[in-house]
Amino acid sequence: MPTTIIESKDFNLFYGDFQALKNINFQAEENTVTAFIGPSGCGKSTLLRSFNRMNDLIEGVQTTGETNINGISVYDKSVDVNELRKRIGMVFQKPNPFPKSIFENVAYGLRIDGIKDKHIIEEKVVSSLKKAALWDEVKDNLKKSALALSGGQQQRLCIARALAIEPSIILMDEPASALDPISTSKIEDLIYELKKNYTIIIVTHNMQQAGRISDNTAFFYMGELIECDDTKTIFTNPSNLRTQNYITGRFG
Amino acid sequence: MHNTKKNRLIDKSFQFWGIGNTFIGIVLLAIFIGYIVYLGASRLSFDFLSSLPSRFPDKSGIYTAMVGSVWIMFLTAIFAIPIGVSAAIYLEEYQKKNRFANILEINISNLAGVPSIIYGLLGLQVFSRTIGLGGNLLAGALTLSLLILPIIIVATREALKAVPNLIKDASYALGATKWQTIRHQILPAASGGIMTGIILSISRAVGEAAPLIVVGALAYVPFVPTSPMDDFSVLPIQIFNWISRPQAGFIVNAAAGIIVLLVITFSMNLVAILIRNKFEKKMN
Repeated sequence: MPTTIIESKDFNLFYGDFQALKNINFQAEENTVTAFIGPSGCGKSTLLRSFNRMNDLIEGVQTTGETNINGISVYDKSVDVNELRKRIGMVFQKPNPFPKSIFENVAYGLRIDGIKDKHIIEEKVVSSLKKAALWDEVKDNLKKSALALSGGQQQRLCIARALAIEPSIILMDEPASALDPISTSKIEDLIYELKKNYTIIIVTHNMQQAGRISDNTAFFYMGELIECDDTKTIFTNPSNLRTQNYITGRFG
Repeated sequence: MHNTKKNRLIDKSFQFWGIGNTFIGIVLLAIFIGYIVYLGASRLSFDFLSSLPSRFPDKSGIYTAMVGSVWIMFLTAIFAIPIGVSAAIYLEEYQKKNRFANILEINISNLAGVPSIIYGLLGLQVFSRTIGLGGNLLAGALTLSLLILPIIIVATREALKAVPNLIKDASYALGATKWQTIRHQILPAASGGIMTGIILSISRAVGEAAPLIVVGALAYVPFVPTSPMDDFSVLPIQIFNWISRPQAGFIVNAAAGIIVLLVITFSMNLVAILIRNKFEKKMN
């Protein structure tokens, strides 16, 4: 029986008066890739950001319902949001390395966690860069500024940075939308590789990408989760007409 | 077709109008500086820089005023920078965006535009009389701190605002607290802009005479201040005092004093520009 790692139960989210998510019920199992698809403004990124409470950073956000990560209710008052985020890696749409060296970018999460031992930091930086398939390209100049890397390398550096804090979940918000096709395929290969050890949620506007890399696909429309199923089922035999129309490119 | 010709003419005439206006400022400044240098350059010497004031123009120097200016610069920086920068961090990063925040923001911008002599009157009443500091360096520096606080706050907020949200999000997503994000990401990224704002505001303080005269700075100080509790003069006051003297020799002294003051403020601005360029390069 597969373990449920991420679960939203009757989850609603409001930006002020605007309801961005309506009664979401969603589950993701351990070591799977789930793709979130849907037209812009449908709430897929909002739901993604609700898992590690990044929406807290926006003023006027209110939620009802429940979100459980590893069985812990993350909107419970007793939950330390910083500790929560340390267990969940996040990769953003545009590569956003810090204006620091490659090494310091990956080490940042460890340093703010209070780790001071140089050997531990070095070891984790190296292993994270290896896991993010960037090690061979940067091993000779770890002191170089991360901003000197190409866009695709920067995005893999951001993945390495997220991996360094050893999360069990990785959230990706259109991680390849700003990249060229070659860099995109490298990221996709990497996601396939990472799936063995991590639970991954990826927001994407690219249908082919969703089809290639995900086990499950969730289709969102106007703040509602219309349908979530096996990726093959969603793409070949969706049960909802709107899903079918979106996938075949009739709107969105 | 006929419109193209007309539009081109309008375009050209605006260009000339713009060039003309650009040069008005530069030419006037060049004439002013040229005249000052012509008047005062011959008076510039080591003696002039190292002599105490005197009633004889050719024996008179700006040593005490220069030391007073350095003291004022230093003390003002000590008071204004920590308060201004932390207030800006609070307003930009912690303060919730509500009506109260709006009122605060508008008022701080307004304070940056209040005439300096008003600050002088405030300083006179609060620091010189109520607290009883009189006309010493401390009272002057505190008054100038009030004067430049809003400028530092506004400049620092602008610099903090310019830090991309992407960077902040990346830090928060790794589990960093607000303070860790400010300390390790936002402040380093904004430090170029913050320092530029600080240096420009301090150089503004160095050029102020009016508020210090109101507070009670002296024009004739025959000794060098050695503690914040000493009476003092500063360059702008010394210059102002010389200009109001009848003897022609003091006019030359004033011109030479202006050159010294200009060199100080120009070099501070230059440092500000260099710092900004250096940080811009680092960020990109």
